[in-house]
Amino acid sequence: MTMKRNGISQLYASILVNAIFAMVNYPIVLISTILAPFSLLIVITFVSHGTLLPVAIAGALVMTMISAGTSMQQDLSHLKNDFKLQDMIVSSPATAMIYLIGMALSEIVYSIPALVVLLILAAIYVHATLIGAIVMFFVITIMFIFAVSLGFVLSTLTSDVVQSWAFGGIVSTILSALPPVYYPITYIPMPWQYLAYLSPATYAAEIMQNTVGLTNFSSTTILIDWIVIIAVAAVMVYVAVKKAKWRED
Amino acid sequence: MMPKALPEYDGKLTCSKLSKKYEEGKYALKDVSFSIPAQGIFALIGRNGAGKTTLVRILSTQLMPTSGTVSIDGMDVVTQARELREMIACVPQEARAIGWLTARQSITAYLMWRGFTGKEARKRTAEAARKLGITKYLDKQNRLLSGGTKRKVLVAMVMASEASILFLDEPTTGLDPISRDELWNTLRELKKDHFIFLTTHYLEEAERLADKIGILEDGQLKALGTLDDLRSKVKYPYSIKILSEFRIAKPKNGEVIRGVDGHLQIVTTEQEANKLSRKLIDKKVRFSMNPMTLDDIFYFIVRKPIDDEDYDNEEERD
Repeated sequence: MTMKRNGISQLYASILVNAIFAMVNYPIVLISTILAPFSLLIVITFVSHGTLLPVAIAGALVMTMISAGTSMQQDLSHLKNDFKLQDMIVSSPATAMIYLIGMALSEIVYSIPALVVLLILAAIYVHATLIGAIVMFFVITIMFIFAVSLGFVLSTLTSDVVQSWAFGGIVSTILSALPPVYYPITYIPMPWQYLAYLSPATYAAEIMQNTVGLTNFSSTTILIDWIVIIAVAAVMVYVAVKKAKWRED
Repeated sequence: MMPKALPEYDGKLTCSKLSKKYEEGKYALKDVSFSIPAQGIFALIGRNGAGKTTLVRILSTQLMPTSGTVSIDGMDVVTQARELREMIACVPQEARAIGWLTARQSITAYLMWRGFTGKEARKRTAEAARKLGITKYLDKQNRLLSGGTKRKVLVAMVMASEASILFLDEPTTGLDPISRDELWNTLRELKKDHFIFLTTHYLEEAERLADKIGILEDGQLKALGTLDDLRSKVKYPYSIKILSEFRIAKPKNGEVIRGVDGHLQIVTTEQEANKLSRKLIDKKVRFSMNPMTLDDIFYFIVRKPIDDEDYDNEEERD
């Protein structure tokens, strides 16, 4: 007879292992996760004499969620290749989707300390309307879904931690270094702006910067930005669900 | 539309013409066919690279076969993996207990991944730890535990689950003799209500634990059966291992094989063994003589051809 399984427990197991137990057993992790999004935020704020602080906070929110998603790639690769945990999970009633969602939630939990600090700063320095806040919430959620899906796909393709580092470096460059998340895209000289548009984070940044009033893009541009980030996230979710190698060929 | 066929629940593990070919063209398994009752302990022995882990990974639904079929208790591992995963658990060969977790956290989390509530998982964790004698280590981080205790934590994870079929890929590799013995005792207890499919290259482990033994070599199943079945495959009951350089003639009743350590080994009848041993003593050749062990049977079954010049020496022939 099949046992009745508790789906919440299955999700919670990932959160425990990848976030809560790590923080409980190593409290230094809390400090590290709080500090992570602030490095560029501080630099941009000082260099701009504070004028870019609101956009840098909005950018830090986007980057925290993207980093949370891309961190999942390295966490999953580590658990899969160094501990063979994924093999143990594959040979169990837990599905790939349960594992993926649980691990994604664990990355959010892991980021909560940083998010709390950033949200407090946003409440003080970013003067967004309620609709603006909702827009920002959707943008960072979509970027998070995109990043976790990408992270999951890459983690299932890696067979060694060195590969995982390589993927991590490439993804970090495309999602963090290229896009003008902490400052307006107009600060990037032509033709380098075209390069920035290779990253989905650039489209997310344009929406965020428009929302906080730093830039004034046309509604067509913002519409295109929404279409791009939703499409990219949808494609990546599809690939994660259909193409990731849960069971190896 | 035809109704979907229900599983037969035949209580067997059956492989039929199972092959696994990797991208580089090498076959890890080639036309492996066997059927065993899914009960007690089945030990698959073989050298490194024989295909043991590939077989375990296919059986435990981690790896797709290239061709052939495999079913466990009537369920196909490819098409009915989801149903099968309800009743299996696996400790992979290179699995390690996660260093930053305590033993208790590791076991409890694994059980929660399988769908137990936190309360039930904690209860089962304590029970499994008690049975394995690791209760006092439960709240220590895995990185601080000895190798043997770490392996026990992994075994506790699957043991505490509801799975009735356990795949353990080389569970005692790297353990000291005492830890190994303790784990053997645990496995003996477990087999009362589980089917355990284990791989090992410790022949003594298979000899002491397994109800049935399979010998895998170069991706092919060379022998399968109880220890007595395997013994009967070798018609000679005695083994003489030549420990020093000596060219030996092939006995009339027996065969010469080369052991894995490179020494020549003669398997023969008791009478021939006595005769040969007297001769070796006379010639001051170092040797050992014993009844056939599983080691000898294994070497006999997976033996490589011996060049004629190693033993076909007329001067030495009686």
